[in-house]
Amino acid sequence: MRIVLAEDSVLLREGLVGLLARFGHETVAAVGDAVELEAAVAEHRPDIVVTDVRMPPDHTDEGLRAAVRLRGLRADLPVLVLSQYVQRSYAAELLDSGDGTGVGYLLKDRVGQVEEFADAVARVAAGGTVVDPEVVRQLIRRRRDPLERLTAREREVLALIAEGHSNSEVSRRLTVSEAAVGKHIGNILMKLDLPPAQESHRRVLAVLAYLRG
Amino acid sequence: MALSLLGPHPARYLRSARPWRAAGYLFTGAVTGAAACAALLLLAVAGTALAVVLVGLPLLAALALAGVPYAALERRRLRILDPAAEPLPDPHREPDRTGPTAWAGTRFREPATWRELGYAVLAATVLWPLELLALGGALLVPADLLATPVLLALDGEQANPLKIHGITTYPPALLCAAAGLLLLPLFLYGIGVLAAARAALARLMLAPGQGDLAVRVTELTSSRARLAAAFDAERRRIERDLHDGAQQRLVALSMSLGLARLDAPPGSPLAAQLALAHTEAGQALTSLRELIHGIHPQVLTDRGLPDAVADVADRSPIPVDTGFDLPGRLPEQAESAGYFFVTEALANAARHSGAGRITVTGRHDGARLVVEVADDGRGGADAARGSGLTGLADRVSVVDGRLTLTSPPGGPTLLRVEIPCIPLEPKVP
Repeated sequence: MRIVLAEDSVLLREGLVGLLARFGHETVAAVGDAVELEAAVAEHRPDIVVTDVRMPPDHTDEGLRAAVRLRGLRADLPVLVLSQYVQRSYAAELLDSGDGTGVGYLLKDRVGQVEEFADAVARVAAGGTVVDPEVVRQLIRRRRDPLERLTAREREVLALIAEGHSNSEVSRRLTVSEAAVGKHIGNILMKLDLPPAQESHRRVLAVLAYLRG
Repeated sequence: MALSLLGPHPARYLRSARPWRAAGYLFTGAVTGAAACAALLLLAVAGTALAVVLVGLPLLAALALAGVPYAALERRRLRILDPAAEPLPDPHREPDRTGPTAWAGTRFREPATWRELGYAVLAATVLWPLELLALGGALLVPADLLATPVLLALDGEQANPLKIHGITTYPPALLCAAAGLLLLPLFLYGIGVLAAARAALARLMLAPGQGDLAVRVTELTSSRARLAAAFDAERRRIERDLHDGAQQRLVALSMSLGLARLDAPPGSPLAAQLALAHTEAGQALTSLRELIHGIHPQVLTDRGLPDAVADVADRSPIPVDTGFDLPGRLPEQAESAGYFFVTEALANAARHSGAGRITVTGRHDGARLVVEVADDGRGGADAARGSGLTGLADRVSVVDGRLTLTSPPGGPTLLRVEIPCIPLEPKVP
């Protein structure tokens, strides 16, 4: 898979290129700021963009804004954003961009879990949605409407969907049958007032409802 | 009424040192007044004459500031009259920077400088001749009269006390001496009253006035605000350094350990060691992330108060509803104060209130940011007891904010902060 990587720390950028290569991915461009990122994406048309939130010159949320802009130009461009801390509004903004598929928001710490990280990259590139478990954990604690209507098990299922897992993966993790997972998802979508439509889209909407609390 | 100027016991005045102090005060006043007259005239003439060639301008500036040293001398001179009294405080403030330019700049902006110049001009033109005249008259007239018999004896034929009447025989001469003896205390009282009036005038013009105090209070307020801003800037710098340095290195370390684990033979002691190290690195990262966030939340800088408060609300153990209606971004200091107000209030509520739900609302009423934190807990919070609340009030007062607390026993508790500020121009995205 062809990747454009944006990370201002040289140390980390080199490390990430190595890590991605270890899993068989080609980093076609590794850049240090948001302007270069947008140029590199226009030039290389990668399969996925991996970017840090905080980038020069202002060292604020330029990487995130660049990601949202890029998805404004090309809605199906998969983007995985790395953040140094959990911020619900960042995750919600990303999911709002494009059609809500093929996006990921992960804590930067997660790159240390190299296999999980490589897995997240692959899932986002394949059009999946990945939200950091830490964001999910905080949101569960909030227990706000409309999520209050969900049972504990339904919230667990929704949390795993938000982390980007498929039904079979959810069933494996919760050690329940895949049919049971399907039933839970049906209940969740009903309780969140999401009428039947395209399945994957509704899953994203459910995650969004979750994020907005 | 005038006698009250002579102190608590006018009757004992003559037996005290006060007449001599009064005379000394008036005499030194006349001398310094005359010197000031000469100095001011010299500066004015030289300054005006040389102004055309620009050399005179500093001299004219010196003329404007001449009241400052003169007034300093005058404040010290008051102690001749009354050494026990509190010395008059200096109405001037310290210049912000060192160097003569900064000093002069500060002085020129102070009302006290101009009052002192006025006082110096008054002393140099009107006061010192009067002082000299009064002092001379009060001492020389009685002395002259007292000396009449002696002068008559020395001359043998005639004495002319006060240069008005020739006295040739002893009875009128003795009468003159008696008159001098009577007049002396009267005149001594006179100069006592005069000196006291002169000192009162000096106090009136040379003590710090309301305007000076206002200047000082403004100065204190702004220096406190600068200090708080410096602290905020420092927090942000530390946050940035930790993020760009330690955190990145730890992530890289964790990544290397993760990759190393892939290559280690499964089940080997090496794999176990690497797993341990990897876990440790992960925990260090988590601690560091929390630490960085506590120092200064980046989201506050990036997104402003509503998002930063939503973030704090996410971390609160008690469910929090937030509602903000702000006209864009606010000045950094106001946002920062509002943010720390909310974090502290939520922490307090979690610790003491027993609340099941907290509501945080924020709005801007055109002149002030108003943030309220309400909980449905047991109430009874007391600003006088809670050190957390005192800290909050201190923090808010730095930005001229006001903290109010209503917390009747049984609840609900409402904490409210008002911070004067003007919204920033909306940023072009």
